Amino acid sequence: MLYREAGDFKTSYHADNQTFPIKFDRVGFWVTMAIAFLVIPFMINDYWANAIFVPFLIYAVAAIGLNILTGYCGQVSLGTGGFMAVGAYACYKLMTAFPDVSIVIHIVLAGGITAAVGAAFGLPSLRIKGFYLAVATLAAQFFLVWLFNKVSWFYNYSASGQINAPERFVAGVAVTGPNTAPWAQYMICLVFLTACALLARNLTRGTIGRSWMAIRDMDIAAEIIGVNPLKAKLTAFAVSSFFIGISGALFFAVYLGAVEVGEAFGIQKSFLVLFMIIIGGLGSIFGSFAGAAFLVLLPVALKVIGVDLLGWPTDLVAHLQLVIIGGLIMFFLIKEPHGLAQLWRLAKEKLRLWPFPY
Amino acid sequence: MKMKRLAAMAMGAMVAAAPAMADLVIPDLSYRTGPYAAGGTPFSDGYQDYFALLNARDGGIGGEAVRIVECETGYNTEKGVECYESTKGEGALIYQPLSTGITYQIIPKATADQIPIHTMGYGRTSAANGEVFNWVFNYPANYWDAASVAVNYLLDENGGSLDGKTIALVYHNSAYGKEPIRTLEALSEMHGFELSQLAVDHPGQEQKSQWLQIRRERPDYVLMWGWGVMNQVAVQEAANIGFPMENFIGNWWAGAEHDVTPAGDAANGYKSLNMNRVVDYPVLAEIQSMVHDAGNAAGDGSNLGSVLYVRGMYAAMLAAEAIAKAQEIHGEADVTPAMVRDGMAALEITEARMGELGMAGIGPEFSVSCQNHGGSGQGLVQQWNASAGVWEPLTDFIAPDKSVIEPLIAEDSAAFASENNITPGCL
Repeated sequence: MLYREAGDFKTSYHADNQTFPIKFDRVGFWVTMAIAFLVIPFMINDYWANAIFVPFLIYAVAAIGLNILTGYCGQVSLGTGGFMAVGAYACYKLMTAFPDVSIVIHIVLAGGITAAVGAAFGLPSLRIKGFYLAVATLAAQFFLVWLFNKVSWFYNYSASGQINAPERFVAGVAVTGPNTAPWAQYMICLVFLTACALLARNLTRGTIGRSWMAIRDMDIAAEIIGVNPLKAKLTAFAVSSFFIGISGALFFAVYLGAVEVGEAFGIQKSFLVLFMIIIGGLGSIFGSFAGAAFLVLLPVALKVIGVDLLGWPTDLVAHLQLVIIGGLIMFFLIKEPHGLAQLWRLAKEKLRLWPFPY
Repeated sequence: MKMKRLAAMAMGAMVAAAPAMADLVIPDLSYRTGPYAAGGTPFSDGYQDYFALLNARDGGIGGEAVRIVECETGYNTEKGVECYESTKGEGALIYQPLSTGITYQIIPKATADQIPIHTMGYGRTSAANGEVFNWVFNYPANYWDAASVAVNYLLDENGGSLDGKTIALVYHNSAYGKEPIRTLEALSEMHGFELSQLAVDHPGQEQKSQWLQIRRERPDYVLMWGWGVMNQVAVQEAANIGFPMENFIGNWWAGAEHDVTPAGDAANGYKSLNMNRVVDYPVLAEIQSMVHDAGNAAGDGSNLGSVLYVRGMYAAMLAAEAIAKAQEIHGEADVTPAMVRDGMAALEITEARMGELGMAGIGPEFSVSCQNHGGSGQGLVQQWNASAGVWEPLTDFIAPDKSVIEPLIAEDSAAFASENNITPGCL
């Protein structure tokens, strides 16, 4: 009824090319933005920020990054954890070396440094594909974690090998350190996520995005029609690593505050982000959000239901969670390889035809 | 995004609906899953069973019932943070995360929220300086004490000199494993032994190359800072290369039954430190009759009396004594976290009191003050007897070399204070 193109006339090319061509979607987008920016910051408390919203926002940035590389450009990567570590350690070194510069600039610079590292590790993708590339990025994962553990310059020679985020302010409000208000944590992550999502959405709709997708669908054909594979693959690695670096910097500075590289950015982090885009939907910005939300919320929801409501032992619930996530991944890979985003797309198609399906 | 928000709202309603009861809330950030569960499970069982005993026998502490809120962390810092945030709202009085990584994570948060943390023999060593770390306690001993106790024991074995000896440190490549390095380096300079460092990555199942290196270098002694599955693998590997077990000493997190039983007879003679003596205490019989037989055992009840169970029970006893002390200081049964902190800062554990509690000699006598949150720092050395299947204490409590540790603590805590703009002082 509400969800249809009929009657929504476009009178300019600009209007025809907009991100959300259907009015209902546009309204939905602005309502979501209004709730996210104007309602939640006033209602959020420590638990909601630290257990749900902040991890969701940060993982969504990481998932968008990996989705650009894997979903849009078709290059499988298992190095997400390592690249997040680059973002975190770059941010830490910048924060401690230049304490007077704004943390926002540090986070963006950390993304830039990660982009450079990511592009360097993307070089082999010109020669190798598929499983072999996955193994090459796996090497990046292990090498980077080893590097940050081994070279004490990266953690400023501290005895424990941990990095701790000092207190930093944006417009006089603390956004890192223990005295950060939950709304401030939430807002800085939300601003970065919004900026990243808009950037990613528009990149994927333009020339660069189309060249990525051409490479993904068939690289030889793409080369024949004039797509430069070197440029396409390296930009995909760089842009993807930029987002992942930002998420790593936020993860360390805003969310955890103290990080130990092997534990926080190990191989399981790479898998977690990969599962997010598989469950959420490969090649979809919305899918990145859906996957991040799903995998952040599922453990919390299971815990609330299993432990707090039903009174089950905590270890049983923790094991059950592994079983459920494993089962879901197999289910999605077999039944719906395009993930939650495809379910959402199908629902929208059905709504357009409702109440007269054919 | 909309679906998520809906689910979030529904969950918020559930969380808010949980009733707030007036009792003493003790969160137990346990881990019964993952590669460290073998150590986490008995500790948590002991921790919970002791509070269950207090509830059953004395009606709680000072007439207030104790309510345990268990939260599974899996030894993972992210889940630890989530557990901390979800339990602190219930009026948590004292945190005992049993993980150095999670401890580093929650030290700033708990300080800002004014909730005390007790990290017994783990966590951040320089928290022993109570003037910088007002809310963190690591009595009765810390890692640097452990390193010094181990070296003092070796000095004793070698007639007072370790000159020209080689000691290898096999450590978990994390904040936990890296903690003793600074002290051992200072001690190696002082006593003239050579220290070689071998890192083992999480979770610790891959140690072949480290032990091949040990076989090649033939150090006189091997010290180990291990935890979880890493310990079993290390003991097995040491047996495989034929390293003499009596020269292999683990710290107090690498000396429980489950660490040595997989290697069978080959583990005979393996030594480890311990901060609590393990014998058949009368309190264990009380737990058996009043908690386990009543069907209230935490976990499956099979860990009663094991090394880490006793340590968990010891941790619970120290927490309960601190709460009792807080009730005494403030004359109020329903204490707040800030009052419990006062109780911890004034805690005094005597032989007589441990005897009254049915656990005579479980730990060293010590007293806590505003300045010193670290306790006496003593530890003993125990040895595994594989045929009898028991850990036998070899020594009495050995004192660490405070002249080495205290300057290091002062230095590290001063660095933390300047990084975080803390003016050292008592609350």
